[in-house]
Amino acid sequence: MYPSRFRYQAARSAEQAVRLLHEGGEDAKVLAGGQSLIPMMKLRFASPELLVDINAIPGLDYHRVDPDGSIHVGALCRHADLEHSDLLPGHQPTMTAAAPLIADPLVRNRGTLVGSLCHADPQGDWASVVLALGGSIVAQGPAGQRTIPLREFVLGPFENALAHDEIAVEAVIPAPRGAPAGGYLKLERRVGDFATAGVAVALETDGSQVIRAGIALTGVGGSTIEATEAEQVLTGRPLTAETIAEAGRLAAAAAQPKSDHRGSATYKRHIVSTFVVRILSRIDWTQERAA
Amino acid sequence: MTIIYEETADDGPPIPEQRITVRVNGRKVVAEVEPRLLLAHFLRYTMRLTGTHTGCDTTNCGACTVLVDGRAIKSCTMFAVMADGHEVTTVEGLASPSELHPLQEGFKEKHGLQCGFCTPGMMMAAKALLDRNPDPTEEDVRWALSGNLCRCTGYQNIVKSVLWAADKLRAESGQAEEAS
Ligand SMILES: Cc1cc2nc3c(=O)[nH]c(=O)nc-3n(C[C@H](O)[C@H](O)[C@H](O)COP(=O)(O)OP(=O)(O)OC[C@H]3O[C@@H](n4cnc5c(N)ncnc54)[C@H](O)[C@@H]3O)c2cc1C
Ligand code: FES
Ligand code: FES
Repeated sequence: MYPSRFRYQAARSAEQAVRLLHEGGEDAKVLAGGQSLIPMMKLRFASPELLVDINAIPGLDYHRVDPDGSIHVGALCRHADLEHSDLLPGHQPTMTAAAPLIADPLVRNRGTLVGSLCHADPQGDWASVVLALGGSIVAQGPAGQRTIPLREFVLGPFENALAHDEIAVEAVIPAPRGAPAGGYLKLERRVGDFATAGVAVALETDGSQVIRAGIALTGVGGSTIEATEAEQVLTGRPLTAETIAEAGRLAAAAAQPKSDHRGSATYKRHIVSTFVVRILSRIDWTQERAA
Repeated sequence: MTIIYEETADDGPPIPEQRITVRVNGRKVVAEVEPRLLLAHFLRYTMRLTGTHTGCDTTNCGACTVLVDGRAIKSCTMFAVMADGHEVTTVEGLASPSELHPLQEGFKEKHGLQCGFCTPGMMMAAKALLDRNPDPTEEDVRWALSGNLCRCTGYQNIVKSVLWAADKLRAESGQAEEAS
């Protein structure tokens, strides 16, 4: 298999990439890790006329934690960079848990977190993680940069809010107001498979109660789903067996799974509730409180 | 240079070839390629390095694994133009003219292959692991190879082969240190 023909340009700066996209019009596309785009092009589901390769742009492969605690992930930070990160463990449990569960080790060496968010696949794991964390995308276009909350960035399956001449330069996770806790669990049939169901939980606690709760679901609807009611039941209270069970129930109710080759709708709903309860029950509340 | 893709109805208008400079197994190569030429096909058909196999062609099996700047990637899912200015190592880059690489020896010693189709990809994924982690556990090896599928061996002997190679490489580097 091979794609239809396209013109190819390797941008050396974000400004140049934007200019090339602007000139290329609607049929131009950004090429990042290529781990979603190239398979789609080989199947001829996508036939861009121009590919603007951003891989040679210097200085975009970072991920860093700023002094205020916010996390910044550059457009060329690969899944594997996050999996092997020295910064994230002990700092951001939901991202730490998710990174090794994306695709397989070879795909993780090329694919990017930002590319995954741009791809807006309802089965994409990072979208749930970043949504649960309240993150956003920094986009750069001809008029400069703007920040788009992920909630507004993902418009639907495979659709994002970027203009045709904008690139996403980084993803930002806002500074936590409390101690971060949470995790990511994904049921997959084998390594490299997309989620049968996935659950991202991102809490912030002040030692006595949950001050912010984010819960988002992968692969159980036409888009990434934010389990708003489950979040609300946890917020402003201590984490107890009752609130945990209730959050599990509400998250399962928010899921809109379809029966398919990965499992029945009932089964997927059950997984969602089990995963929410499992992640929340594993949080070492006493230690969080002592910290 | 060589245009190897058959013309299909929806291929779009011809596009000029682009010049790339790639270091393949230590050798600097300059080539003119269609932008859509996949790295796997560049290696197999343009470079005639047929050790890199294409199995699934859908980014699933890892038979096409090569190293780009030391990282193991699927060459069926990268364009040759993207390798411009980079270093590519294929299975042909493992052995020296006189000696097999310890990984190749390991696969021989521990019967790490049956049909051999997955083997080049397995070795390259293993090479990336051992370069990063010379003393891996069995679990580390299984994790690093989890993107490479084998239809024959049941993986058991592949894992043993890689651990054998790790031991040998560590012993060799120990000797080298003593000698220096
Ligand atoms: C076998 C296999 C298994 C996989 N399993 C999983 C999985 O379990 N979970 C999961 O989440 N993902 C999975 N993926 C997808 C993988 O995570 C991709 O890496 C990711 O979806 C896209 O990132 P990329 O950098 O490769 O983007 P690309 O493929 O280069 O691009 C994807 C899309 O986003 C656009 N884009 C990319 N970067 C930018 C940017 N900076 N600005 C503007 N637009 C941009 C492109 O134009 C394109 O439309 C899998 C892929 C494969 C091949
Ligand atoms: S041929 Fe490349 S992953 Fe199977
Ligand atoms: S030895 Fe036959 S596929 Fe692995």
